[in-house]
Amino acid sequence: MDPLDVSRWQFGITTVYHFIFVPLTIGLAPLIAVMQTVWVITDNPAWYRLTRFFGKLFLINFALGVATGIVQEFQFGMNWSEYSRFVGDVFGAPLAMEGLAAFFFESTFLGLWIFGWTRLPRLVHLACIWVVAIAVNMSAFFIIAANSWMQHPVGARFNPETGRAELTSIVALFTNNTATAAFSHAVTGAFLTAGTFVAGVCAWWLVRARDSEEARTMYQPATILGCLVALAAAAGLGLTGDAQGKLMFQQQPMKMASAESLCHTETDPDFSVLTIGTHNNCDSVTHLIQVPYVLPFLAEGKFDGVTLQGVKDLQEQYQTKFGPGDYRPNLFVTYWAFRAMIGLLAIPGLFAVVALWLTRRGRIPDQRWFAWFALLVLPTPFLANSAGWVFTEMGRQPWVVVPNPTGDQMIRLTVDHGVSGHSAGLVLTSLITFTALYAGLAVIWFWLLRRYVVEGPLEHDSEPAPPKPPGDDEIAPLSFAY
Amino acid sequence: MALHDFWFIALAALFVGFFVLEGFDFGIGMLMKTFGRVAKGDREQHQRAALNTIGPVWDGNEVWLITAGGAMFAAFPGMYATLFSGLYLPLLLILVSMILRICAIEWRGKIDDPRWRGWADLGISIGSWVPAVLWGVVFAALVRGLPVNADKQIHLSVTDVFNPYTLLGGLATAGLFAFHGAVFARLKTEGAVRDDATRFAARLAVPVTAAVAAFGVWTQLAHGNDWTWLILGIAVVSQLSAVMLVLSKGGDGWAFACTAWTVAAVVILLFAVVYPNLVPSTLNPDWSLTVQNASSTPYTLKIMSWAALIFAPLVIAYQAWTYWVFRQRISADRIPAPIGLSRRPT
Repeated sequence: MDPLDVSRWQFGITTVYHFIFVPLTIGLAPLIAVMQTVWVITDNPAWYRLTRFFGKLFLINFALGVATGIVQEFQFGMNWSEYSRFVGDVFGAPLAMEGLAAFFFESTFLGLWIFGWTRLPRLVHLACIWVVAIAVNMSAFFIIAANSWMQHPVGARFNPETGRAELTSIVALFTNNTATAAFSHAVTGAFLTAGTFVAGVCAWWLVRARDSEEARTMYQPATILGCLVALAAAAGLGLTGDAQGKLMFQQQPMKMASAESLCHTETDPDFSVLTIGTHNNCDSVTHLIQVPYVLPFLAEGKFDGVTLQGVKDLQEQYQTKFGPGDYRPNLFVTYWAFRAMIGLLAIPGLFAVVALWLTRRGRIPDQRWFAWFALLVLPTPFLANSAGWVFTEMGRQPWVVVPNPTGDQMIRLTVDHGVSGHSAGLVLTSLITFTALYAGLAVIWFWLLRRYVVEGPLEHDSEPAPPKPPGDDEIAPLSFAY
Repeated sequence: MALHDFWFIALAALFVGFFVLEGFDFGIGMLMKTFGRVAKGDREQHQRAALNTIGPVWDGNEVWLITAGGAMFAAFPGMYATLFSGLYLPLLLILVSMILRICAIEWRGKIDDPRWRGWADLGISIGSWVPAVLWGVVFAALVRGLPVNADKQIHLSVTDVFNPYTLLGGLATAGLFAFHGAVFARLKTEGAVRDDATRFAARLAVPVTAAVAAFGVWTQLAHGNDWTWLILGIAVVSQLSAVMLVLSKGGDGWAFACTAWTVAAVVILLFAVVYPNLVPSTLNPDWSLTVQNASSTPYTLKIMSWAALIFAPLVIAYQAWTYWVFRQRISADRIPAPIGLSRRPT
């Protein structure tokens, strides 16, 4: 067994796992802030109950996002030490800033929000959840700026004396067009996740409690809010994804050629919808269903006259440029992850349209299939997020830092040069440990979320306690969360 | 002062922040079962009182570690790469236990069921004890030096990490955090829980002081220089003051300030004896990683310095405000009924 493979599996498993929880955190925090804002402005207790209800689900989820996030930061050094040595001068800065400018805000103000319900004046307490909402999105920006530098290194030069990449412009790193495109795409995906989550949970409750007062005052408006967010996000994902794709065709042509199973350089190739292959290489694939005009548009926004490079030609070019080696990513994974990402996006979009139609002009739906649809749609944005990351990270292989076609060609690193010099057994130990631990925690996470969703908004959350700043001599009742 | 020296101090400051703040979180977690065991009355209420003293703040405290890790990556990538890959297994254990702790604290109250809480308490215990011991072991191993070779790689043997000196280090940090946590609980609670906290602190005072003093003196004699005596002196004086305040049932706030000083002084001592090295090599002193040869470029350090100068005061200000907001003491008999759900729908 190759320690490189084990390390890659570990990074893949822990990262995809981490990013199950993160999009829900990023998207749900602003939605909860909106709910609480509506409550503070209108004094309508339904929005208070929604805030508390989704607040609990948020916290159950948040714990696992934080816990698995620490592993992410540590394993660059633990498993990818040569990568860390090579890029640390550039890559460390956004990571440190993420802690200073985002995580501190997020964690501290979340603590204030959880425990401060009766301690803080209403508006200050509301401000706390907004700080959390902004900070979680800031953290996404910092980490995606770091990741985008791996996809498209800018603002750095190679120093032959130290043998590493060195930062020359932090502004270039933060304004990297790859970063702005990837950030908007990932955050829009987070809003799709959270919008679908709110809509799905509330739509299920809407059918379940259709004859109750809550159906009209709580679940119906929340379903509509979630659907609108999900629809806007679905549209936004198309736009941001398109922008990101066009950059990728220029910056990482191999990734896109692989995603299209495009063997040879062609002018105006068709977009492949279904392809089968026997050997996971572009020679053995048969394109079964193809659509013309789509691919040239995806690449350059035109319908014809676009030449796209194929896997084989790129492979030859790279060999002349970077020496012998296999520069092709895994064809099967990139091809299908790309299609899974796009295909899965349609399901929450469809659900939002159906739900908005069924709730039009104050209607309360009672169809059982709709309640089932609401539940079944919940996992789809999570899977789409994972598929998107699997696509973009597997498509970057074998590079860990992809050479920028218009940048310093010496800033490039393949995964086999980035990995730590551990034995396979050592890394296998940690891989098994993390996988087993994460699997156990995922079961608990799912069970807890399910339990709280099925229970619905709780009795003791129906009336807000009056905020009362306690006197110094008083042993005040905290709003106990534990 | 060169920027890499400034960043050595900044890194030390981040770890001081982490250990002073998370130190009492670990301490509370380590003692939580004990609060339940000796309680007169409802055990669960005592444990919840103890846990809620750190409730609003523990997550923010933990960010000091994440930022310290990020700062090490950004300012001293050579140290980050060598140390984190070299200390693979101890860090793995720390990570696993911290994951358990985060989930256990956050999920404990979500289900109102004794068996559920039992598992959560186990997670909190493991997640507090293991890092409390291992951080001491890891830092002591670093001070003692690691087998860094000419290629900046560490091939660790068991005795590099586990030897009398590092084990004493682990004992010292675990003891110190438990003591610090008991003193913190004494500051933050009323009534029976506070009485228990005072009793724990009093019982821990002498053995902990002995362990910390032994570790401090060993560190000073083996690795220290003239001026690090001063830091050791501060650590000893503040620790003894804390002990006297606890034993004389004196000021809770002052006692906590003293244990906080002790923790800070111990961490500063460990950094001070290593300087100007970052990771001393036991194989050849020339192979040691130093603030010069393992640091980032002046440009990166300058950017990071600006970020730190802007954000660190803000962080300190709003974290201090959080402690002010939640300054009231907690008492076991004023804790409302558990709000978690039952295991099954009723």
